[in-house]
Amino acid sequence: MVALDGVQKWFGQLHVLQDVDLHVAPGEVVVVIGPSGSGKSTLCRTINRLETIDEGVIAVDGQKLPEEGKALAGLRADVGMVFQSFNIFAHKTILENVTLGPIKVRKQSRADAEKRARELLTRVGIEAQADKYPAQLSGGQQQRVAIARALAMEPKVMLFDEPTSALDPEMIKEVLDVMVDLARGGMTMIVVTHEMGFARTAADRVVFMSDGRIVEENTPEEFFSNPSSDRARDFLGKILKH
Amino acid sequence: MTFLDGNVGLILQGFWLTIQLLVLSGICSIVLGTLLAAARVSPVPLLRGAAVVYVSIFRNTPLLVVFIFVFIAGPRLGLNYPFLVKGVLAMTLYTSAFVAEALRSGINSVPVGQAEAARSIGLTFGQCMREVVMPQALRAVIPPMASVLIAMAKNTSVAAAFGLAEATATMRGLTNNNANERLMIFLVFALGYIVIVELMSFAANRLERRWRVA
Repeated sequence: MVALDGVQKWFGQLHVLQDVDLHVAPGEVVVVIGPSGSGKSTLCRTINRLETIDEGVIAVDGQKLPEEGKALAGLRADVGMVFQSFNIFAHKTILENVTLGPIKVRKQSRADAEKRARELLTRVGIEAQADKYPAQLSGGQQQRVAIARALAMEPKVMLFDEPTSALDPEMIKEVLDVMVDLARGGMTMIVVTHEMGFARTAADRVVFMSDGRIVEENTPEEFFSNPSSDRARDFLGKILKH
Repeated sequence: MTFLDGNVGLILQGFWLTIQLLVLSGICSIVLGTLLAAARVSPVPLLRGAAVVYVSIFRNTPLLVVFIFVFIAGPRLGLNYPFLVKGVLAMTLYTSAFVAEALRSGINSVPVGQAEAARSIGLTFGQCMREVVMPQALRAVIPPMASVLIAMAKNTSVAAAFGLAEATATMRGLTNNNANERLMIFLVFALGYIVIVELMSFAANRLERRWRVA
């Protein structure tokens, strides 16, 4: 579904993605973890070309990522993205946030789009907020709107770029619950996160990145109980201690 | 106040032309300024360059020079239009550069994530600007935009020097014929401009309050 081959990227002198190969099968849930600055967010953002790459090939559903323009917009419509900072459209109501893409990109009628949007808002548990503005919602609610907005496009794959990192602890669970639900429903997902609990329960595979490289790929059980690389062991030792 | 005898119609006519100039130039400047601001942030280098060149030419040229260009050099280049059209053209060329810069500051105030989210649900650059970035940018720039348009309202008086019988030209005519009432004539016309500008700031305040929700 998603294939990265020999991907290289530099920010000036800094080699942020070093020879990255990653293949994600349909329905697979891949969790990317690693220390800050390891390139995991950048990796996530290259998949819908919010970041360009310098070398290598990225393909989604067998189609190579297009350059700028209509073709790229078409591909992005099929790739859902959820951001750390939610990025809900501030001047639109919750319902309008979810219907914008279906109406403008998928050319659905307003009535169809609103019906579907209300179903999705119910699924993520915020149907009662449909006519409010983003500023009136909590962070957790906003992030669930963002998930509903992405799902409204019927994406083939969903990218999550640290979706819970900006949330209060008690709101993290409500967002993770929605994500676990999605994973069980067979959605192809690439999730950059620090939530080890989510990785354990929902991931098919854990990818560990450090210094722009994929250092280790493993099943969650193997990765957490018996990491094969020193770098991963060191990282897990630091975060699991408290 | 004998200058008012038989001249009220003339004065109103003068202000009517001022208002026509103001409304037409205002609309054209906002449309052109918006396109320029969008070009300025577009991913196409040619568009960005063209917008930069436009803004630096017209923002850095005195309005009088733009008028001279449109009214005197224009006809020699085969660009001959009715006076009102030429007036609107000169006002628009000049004011749109300021509108574009005010809007650009608004665009810069919209968090990058808003545009990224818009692009990532598959909106094209144009849709992203139209649906997400510009509406938020506009809300942020109402006060500076009002200043630009108020300056424009007063700048319409430059047209008096180019054969357009708007308010200022009418005032000059009346002072010539009623020399002993100059001060009163001046006050009447000043009041006219003040009313127009106050209405504009009132409208801007209303708009700002209505859009505050988001």
